[in-house]
Amino acid sequence: MVSHRTYKHVIPGIDMEELGGLLIVIEGPDSSGRSTQIWLLSRWLEQLGFAVEQMGLKRSKLVANELEKAKEGNVLSPRTMALFYATDFYDQLENRIVPALRAGSVVLADRYVYTLMARDMIRGAHADWLKPLYSMAVVPDAVYLLDTSAENILDRTLSSRGKLDYWESGMDLGLARDWYESFTRYQENLRLQFEQIMTDYPLERIHGDRPILEIHEDLKSRIERILPTLTELHRSPPI
Amino acid sequence: MIDTTATGDVQGRLIAVEGVDGSGKSTQMDLLHKWLRGLGCRVFFSEWNSSPLVAEATKKGKRRLLLTPTTFCLIHATDFADRYERQILPMLKAGYIVLCDRYVYTSFARDRARGCDPEWLREIYGFARPPEITFWFHVPVETALTRLTKSRKEPNYFEAGMDLGLSLDVREGFRIFQGRITENYAEMVDEFSLVQVDATLPIPHQQQIVRRVVQDRLDLNAFPSRIEHVVHDQYGIAPPVFEEDLMDAEGEW
Repeated sequence: MVSHRTYKHVIPGIDMEELGGLLIVIEGPDSSGRSTQIWLLSRWLEQLGFAVEQMGLKRSKLVANELEKAKEGNVLSPRTMALFYATDFYDQLENRIVPALRAGSVVLADRYVYTLMARDMIRGAHADWLKPLYSMAVVPDAVYLLDTSAENILDRTLSSRGKLDYWESGMDLGLARDWYESFTRYQENLRLQFEQIMTDYPLERIHGDRPILEIHEDLKSRIERILPTLTELHRSPPI
Repeated sequence: MIDTTATGDVQGRLIAVEGVDGSGKSTQMDLLHKWLRGLGCRVFFSEWNSSPLVAEATKKGKRRLLLTPTTFCLIHATDFADRYERQILPMLKAGYIVLCDRYVYTSFARDRARGCDPEWLREIYGFARPPEITFWFHVPVETALTRLTKSRKEPNYFEAGMDLGLSLDVREGFRIFQGRITENYAEMVDEFSLVQVDATLPIPHQQQIVRRVVQDRLDLNAFPSRIEHVVHDQYGIAPPVFEEDLMDAEGEW
């Protein structure tokens, strides 16, 4: 039986009863291999005949441009930033995820509320405030956290982009003036925040320092266990 | 975010006005503002939905009707947080009287009328300190509608709750939606000790009530303006340009 609920508060105007499909989230820092795994999973699921919808952070029509602009100027306070991201998140939840689930698709989310919370917590937000902020999020059917060592992340970041990202290095936090040092501390911090988040939310840890295909097989076998049959997924009776 | 000071002590004092569109609250706020300046107080004025950072996204969302009740609420919360942390709170710490045309109660009343959970709204805005005084200008919806239509022709799309599909008729939508908002305000009178003002009274009468409450609750000598303006005349309107006016107008702080 496929059914969904939100963490606590209901989303105004949305009937949860109508939602079918499957919501699968891949979490993990940048360069942890998320996008590759999502790409592989979506190919695999489509081969099996499932409609797949991909969704990531900061892709909504509503505020994505403004967020980018605000980030460049580095003028938003952490709380404003948190609310901006939350707006963006709910925009995507209501306009993309919910319709996809309603249609019975498998939604592969490239990160979800957990990354948003972790980032905000590093910047001083309290979990007491963040939990209600994201309490209307649809509870995913599974969340896989790609646990990749800081060295590997650093290696991949440098080899693919040739430089470190300002935000993923936590340069706004003033942890260290040295980028490398700041990056290392920030990633360590992120890891600690995720530890805390995992006491409240069940995230499955996936060992990320393995060959790509090995991780893929691991994810596949986990998803196979929760994958409903096609008839279950498309709950509306065939015409 | 580190220190939210929703309860911490500050030197400044916060006064907010609330009410449906067409209640006359902005007029009253403006008069209060000028009076306080005339008395030589340090005053700062901040208006709902006015942060330039968020303005563009809000405008786009409203124009293209992309907003749902949830994102409508959150985008206004983003605007509020930006203004709160960059102007309202610093001004309070600097010992200003901060006047807010609409505060969190607007969200509590309006977003609830759109279907958002009241408890959720209170949690999202938990970081905002309660004002020392909040006036609620209460007016029958029909009167508000008449006032609005006198100044422009029809209530706007969101004022009329058209996004909720309450009615195909803008005026009827306004009646239903603003009626719900009014009920929500009424429910908050006790919860947040709102000072209810009968907004059908003549403007000067209302202003008299407002000034009396402010005078009773605040020691108005405690906020001397440090910036020396051209001498205020007895009506408090002498200097043609105030520094704060410039800030408000250009949205730069």
